[in-house]
This record gives sequence, structure tokens and C-alpha cells, in this order.
Amino acid sequence: MLLYVFKRLFQAIPTLLIVITLSFFLMHLAPGGPFDGERQLPAEIEANLLATYNLDQPVWKQYLIYLGNLLQGDFGPSFRYKDFTVTELIAEGFPVSLELGLWAIALALLLGIPLGIVAALRRNTGLDYVVMGTALAGVAIPNFVIAPLLALVFGVMLAWLPVGGWNDGHWRNMVLPVVALSIQQIAYIARMTRASMIEVLGSHFIRTARAKGLSEREVIWHHALRPSLLPVVSYLGPAIAGIITGSVVIEQIFGIPGIGRYFVQAALNRDYTLVMGTVVFYGMLIVLLNLIVDLIYSVLDPQIRYDD
Amino acid sequence: MTTETTTLHAQGASPHLGESLGREAWRRLKQNRAAMASLVLLTLIAVACLVGPWLTPWGLNEVDWTAFSAPPSLADGHYAGTDANGRDLLTRTLYGGQISLSVAVVATFVSLVIGVLYGAVAGYVGGRVDTLMMRFVDIMYSLPFMFMVILLMVVFGRHILLIYAAIGAVEWLDMSRIVRGQTLALKRREFVEAARALGVRGRTIVTRHLIPNTLGPVIVYVTLTVPKVILLESFLSFLGLGVQEPMTSWGVLISEGVDMMQGAPWLLLVPSTFLALTLFCLNFLGDGLRDALDPRTR
Repeated sequence: MLLYVFKRLFQAIPTLLIVITLSFFLMHLAPGGPFDGERQLPAEIEANLLATYNLDQPVWKQYLIYLGNLLQGDFGPSFRYKDFTVTELIAEGFPVSLELGLWAIALALLLGIPLGIVAALRRNTGLDYVVMGTALAGVAIPNFVIAPLLALVFGVMLAWLPVGGWNDGHWRNMVLPVVALSIQQIAYIARMTRASMIEVLGSHFIRTARAKGLSEREVIWHHALRPSLLPVVSYLGPAIAGIITGSVVIEQIFGIPGIGRYFVQAALNRDYTLVMGTVVFYGMLIVLLNLIVDLIYSVLDPQIRYDD
Repeated sequence: MTTETTTLHAQGASPHLGESLGREAWRRLKQNRAAMASLVLLTLIAVACLVGPWLTPWGLNEVDWTAFSAPPSLADGHYAGTDANGRDLLTRTLYGGQISLSVAVVATFVSLVIGVLYGAVAGYVGGRVDTLMMRFVDIMYSLPFMFMVILLMVVFGRHILLIYAAIGAVEWLDMSRIVRGQTLALKRREFVEAARALGVRGRTIVTRHLIPNTLGPVIVYVTLTVPKVILLESFLSFLGLGVQEPMTSWGVLISEGVDMMQGAPWLLLVPSTFLALTLFCLNFLGDGLRDALDPRTR
């Protein structure tokens, strides 16, 4: 198992290197430099500035310096937020995004799985149609449409919850963004759980369990549940990626100070170092989370063994 | 499409059936009411977007100085109301649909070409080349693509051609895997062997014999790619990184609608409805096509 973890971490290195390299050279292809202000700087000052940030070096050398700094967790200075480094900005925004994302994943699992199971057990009844119809709508309607509608209904018309803001993570501020972020995943997970539950319930070992006289409750809880959750676990990787991507929009809509919002503002402001730092950070995050998901999968599915 | 598949299968891959694969699929699709309703609705939306902007009483950037943020009304010809600048929302939504749908078609086509060629070559050549090519796809899979696209848009500016290319370049991975799998299965078949025995060159075998026979799963996958592409474009536009004024798209309109939703909710609701309906129909149609073309459900 440990060996497998190391192997996977080792395999992640080329992926991350590609992310870093691509973003680095893309950024350097971009027209304009960090110090092109409205006012032309005196030549000596500009030379000094460039030297401070190693921008006077050849590109390949800058690339190596950047890689070296990255290894020490330094993403370089932000071009726009002059007093901050990219690392500081990410460190400031990430806990907020993480909290939002964890709640969204939790809600997606806690609602999606039971809904899918109920729909599978009551297959082809009114309940099943209602759940699956709603789920289809949830899949088709993008979250940047759902989020403002939620804000309009619950924030403006009913005035139950705040329309935006973070308020240091007060739960009232968190409800709408978390719901908006997880709706699509709830829908996917419910559909997936239903399909795999139906498939599992039709298999031989369930027939055997029933034949030996187990109660329906025991059949479902002890025998059917675990195998029918396997597709859901393998979907967790894409789900997490989806929630991370979604958080970019959701944080923007609800004015939440996470990295998603920094990212969008940096992209619009052409704050290249911040954009690039966030891309690299997201890349590492997704690679790491995918690894964790695969490990969970191996715990749940006895047919998969990594300890060879 | 039907006749094309028919002739291709007559070349040798077709099992001995009473009717051609394409015709049978079409018959099965016609029995699927949800899929047919979606197809009709999609056609309506597409036609409306194509000809609608010329039929509405107002032009795309024409400002009605008497109606700023006016609610929908039949009297003044603003059937879906106007935006904050007094421009007719229905005209803009239909025109935005042209852009969104064109991105869908072009970007999907780009991903189709890259994915099909890549997958077919990897599958046909096989061996070390195949391993290397697929390893590359694996690495690409784990890239945070959405963010790479955003980086691209930031660095190179928001040109519509770049949107086509960038989105297309993102979505080809699944396609290449599907086509490779199909090719691996097909290349052992007798008709490929026959072609090789007749001295047909490798390139011709791939383009004439292998690719046409992967059409079924490819068509299904295309219908599932189109909604993803539309969504991606609206996502970018919503963030302000997609198409720029004076062009517009559903994503741009939705993002404008969000800013105005308290006073003028129709600005959000009209483009959202168009977008959601289109995505809804495409999903239904994709599911229906999969059922119709998948031999296992027969």
C-alpha cells in the first residue's frame, strides 16, 4: 500500500511538471511585463526591479528559478496585489474555499446517495420519477444559473438568508453557496447510485442472500450497499474537480473571499503570476485528491489490491 | 448520415441483418418519445436562433431610448423585455444562441477530428506507439483543464477562434479513448485483413475502413460532448473570459442578468431558459441515441 502511494506520487511528478511548464511559458508569451504602468519608470529603477525579480535573466534560467522557488512553496510575487506574494494570497483564500468545498462534497454524498437508494428501491413509482426528474434538471442546469436564482428567491424575495458575503464562515452565509455548489453533484450521485443499486440488486449474491431468508433490510444494508457505492467512490475524483471548478463561479457570485474569486479577478486583471500560481496549486490539489480517492476505492473494493 | 452509414457497412463490416445499422438505429430512436421531442425542440431553438434575429422588430445593438430595463411586453415589440441599455433581449438572446451553438458545433468538430484521428492511429499502430500515445492522454486527463483554458484566454485575449480551438483541444481526450478501443477491436476483423492483403496503405485503412466503422459510438459521444462544450463556453463567458462586446452569448447574457436580477429578473430568466432547455434536450437526445445505437440493448 505504502509502496503504491509512493509510486503514484512519483507518477504525479511529470503531470505537475507539465502543468508548471505550460503555465510558465504561456505566461511568458503574454504581451506586457509586470511593471508596465501608466508612468514610464526611470531606466535604472526598472533595471533594479527586473533584477530583484530575476526578470533580467534568460527565460530558461527564470524557469529553473521558478521551479526552485516552487519546491520551497514560493509562488513568487503578485503583480497586482503589490504587497502580497502569491503564496500569501493562496494561504489566505484556501481555508475559505476548502471549507466551502468540504461542505459541498459532504452535502452531495449525504443527499445524493440516500436519494439514489430510495429511487432504486421504489423503482418505477411516482417517487422514483420525481427524484430522477429533479436529478435530470440538476444535471442540465448549470450552477451559475442555479446560484443567482437561489440568491434571488431565498436572499431577496423571502429574505431568509444573506445574498452574499462570507462573514467569517457564519452558517447562514454558507447555506446558499454550498447548496448551489453541490446541486449538480447531488444529481449525478443520485443517478449513479440508483443505476448501480438496481444492477447490484439483480445479481446472484443478492438472490442467495434473499434465499437464505435474510430480511430485506439486512440484504440492502449488509450486502447491496457496499458494492453499489463503488461507482460513486470512483466518481469522487471528477466530483471534487467539478466542485473546485464550480467554486470559481460560486465564490464570484456570492462574493466569497476564497481562491476561486482571487483567480477570476487575477484572470481579469491579467495578474499573470497569481493566475499561474493558482493553476499550479489547483493542479497539485486535483492530483493529490485523485490519489486519495483511489486509495479509498481500494479499501472499499476487495478485488483491488495495490500491495504487490 | 443514414445513407452514409448504410454504404459503409455494406463494405463488409455489417452483420447479416434485414436492415442497415443506421436505419435500425433511426427506427429505434423514433420510438423514444423523449429523444424525439428533444430533437424537435432543438431544431426549433436552432432555427429560431438562426433566423430569429432578423424577424424580431429590433436590431441587435439598436437602442430603444423609450425603454431601459423594460419588462416583456407585446405592445412595443420587446417580447422578452430590454436590458439596461435599452436593447431588445429576445434579439440578443437569439443572437447569443447563434454564438453559443456555433461554439458548440465548431469546438465539438475540433475535438472530433483530433480525438478520432489520435485514437484511430494509436489503436491501429499499436505496440509501443500506442502505449506512449495513451500514456500522454492519461497525463492530459489529470491536468486542471478548465484552468489551462482560462490561462489561455488571459494570455492570448478573448478571440472567438481561440475559444473554438481551446475548448476543442480540451474535449478530445474521451473521444480518442473511445475510438482507440473500437479500432483495437476492429483491426483484427477480416475486412481489414482483406484490405491489407490487397495492398491498401495503412493511412487509407485507417481513414477508409477503421474510422467509418467507429461512427456509432462516436455519434453518441458527440451528442454528449455538445452540451459540455456549450456549458464550458457559457462558463467562460459568465466569468467575463469568453466572447466580447459587441458579440454576445448565452453565458454573457446570463452574467449580465445576474447583475440586474433584483430589478429585472427577465434578463436572467430568458437566456437561462434557452440555455437550460438546450442542455436538457441534448442530454435526452444523447441518452436516446446511445440506447438506439448500442448493440447490447438490442
